[in-house]
Amino acid sequence: MVDIWLERVLFYSLAAITIGSALVVTFGRNLVRSAFALFFTLMGMAAIFIYLAADFVAIMQIFVYIGGILVLILFGIWLTHRIIDLDIRAGRVQLVPGVTLGLVLLLVLWMAIRSFALLDRVPAGYIATSRGIGRLLLTTYLLPFEIASVALLVALVGAIVIGRKEVER
Amino acid sequence: MEQWLQYFLQIARGADWPIAATTVQQALGFFVGFLLFLTVLLVIRRVQGRNWVPDVVASLLIPLFVFLGVMSGVILGGIGALYVVYRTRILQQIGFLTWPRGAQYLLMGVLAFVLVLILISVLVLFFVWWERKIAGHIQNRYGPMETGAYGLLQTIADGLKLFVKEDIIPAGADPILFTLAPGIIIAAAFAAYAAIPFSEHLVVARMNIGLLWIVAMGSLVVIGILMAGWAQNNKWGLFGGMRSAAQVISYEIPGGLALLSALTLVGSLDLVDIARAQSGGRWLLWSSPFSVVAFIIYYIASLAETNRTPFDLPEAESELVAGYFTEYSGIRFSMFMLAEYANMFAVSALATIVFLGAWHGPWLPAPVWFVLKVFTLVFIMMLVRWTFPRFRVDQLMVFCWKFLIPLGFVCLFGNALWALWFG
Repeated sequence: MVDIWLERVLFYSLAAITIGSALVVTFGRNLVRSAFALFFTLMGMAAIFIYLAADFVAIMQIFVYIGGILVLILFGIWLTHRIIDLDIRAGRVQLVPGVTLGLVLLLVLWMAIRSFALLDRVPAGYIATSRGIGRLLLTTYLLPFEIASVALLVALVGAIVIGRKEVER
Repeated sequence: MEQWLQYFLQIARGADWPIAATTVQQALGFFVGFLLFLTVLLVIRRVQGRNWVPDVVASLLIPLFVFLGVMSGVILGGIGALYVVYRTRILQQIGFLTWPRGAQYLLMGVLAFVLVLILISVLVLFFVWWERKIAGHIQNRYGPMETGAYGLLQTIADGLKLFVKEDIIPAGADPILFTLAPGIIIAAAFAAYAAIPFSEHLVVARMNIGLLWIVAMGSLVVIGILMAGWAQNNKWGLFGGMRSAAQVISYEIPGGLALLSALTLVGSLDLVDIARAQSGGRWLLWSSPFSVVAFIIYYIASLAETNRTPFDLPEAESELVAGYFTEYSGIRFSMFMLAEYANMFAVSALATIVFLGAWHGPWLPAPVWFVLKVFTLVFIMMLVRWTFPRFRVDQLMVFCWKFLIPLGFVCLFGNALWALWFG
């Protein structure tokens, strides 16, 4: 009984951190602060993954999204503005289309999650997942895995090509 | 943690004393040895004047002995406390067995955190002193030679100074992020210790992704550094933060490749499994020719990830004042230093576990071997810092992207073939 209660407290505090910082990301006026608030959103997501006994996914969340993508976002913000500028503001454009699109996305996601039978399945306990993920990636899902990696490589090379044009001018 | 929880549950159950007598004897023996060593050292010094024991030898041996002595003292204290709990049957009186499992884990977690806190504090105290001692020998500095016996009191004096200094938040700074940044850096540094196994059972949390955990916590530090660099509203700080982030992200790749190439020979991400695979002198370092190269790559990358010379561009004094912690003072500044030295130990510990056979070694108990190997790596880091000049930014990037990363891929490929043919 107390165990379930503790679990609930843990889950809801994690959810509160994630959603609260996500709200700061969305509604914060200061762009850099928003980016740093994203850090807490991503950490909260990782914690929820751990809560779901998906340790490998959680650590990859930290590794890729915080260690990589968030840092790139911060670099992007700084290098496109004047570099010393505490006052990088976020503006609100296209309020109505944005909100509509968000609501539609929420609806689609909600329906997708409801139709997926995962909700009834409770994980039996903590089982190490990394071995299974590695095996599946190199056997059953080898082709999607390779396609994703090639697509990323193409994006990388494309970004470099586009970025270098200005230098050669 | 499971191991310790088992001890507690056994004690609460009223079973026999769960901790082996040999463990107590080892810790006791080491503690007495440490006390004898220190006494002999001080007596010799008193009798013979200050140059009897060459100071260089002393500065190598003392940190190790003091650290192991203090840690064995802490372990003895812990065992003593456990014994008191066992005799007075406190756990039965409060009904520890009937507690929910979450609460039991919570208690264990708090205890483990306190242990790690003590470990890191003692560790950093001696690392700072050790570093200054080596710097003193190389550059004829006086402070760490004169304050107390062998300059042992210098770090304590420095620590006190930092504690009583005024804590300033600059007027133009972002107060929230300014106060948050050292917290994130130090939390990441502490979190890495959760996965480090000091011996087969002396590990806070044995995870099947332990290696990834330590590497990921290292990449969390980048966010803290960027936050600190931006929040202080200082150009040196921002440049330092950007340099640091670019450098850490770049050098994570060869470091990760080197670790990966060693992992192909073991086939597990669990640090305890990796260490077990190296028992009996079958260190991964010499299990294939590519592993030696991988070890060197990882070591160079770990220097860059901890922002140490020759990769200390983010805090280059001659260009950037103090880099990403320019505006920090007092206790916040000391948090940055604490995290840096804690990270030095963490990356060296990872190198030790993956390449240098972790805690395996003859005669000495396992944790002592582990600490010995890690301290050797840290010692080389310190020698490097006071010997080599620093890179230029472009040299740093060229070295990483055009040399280390291709070499890392060669290592990965070579080790994969090696594991196929000889594994």
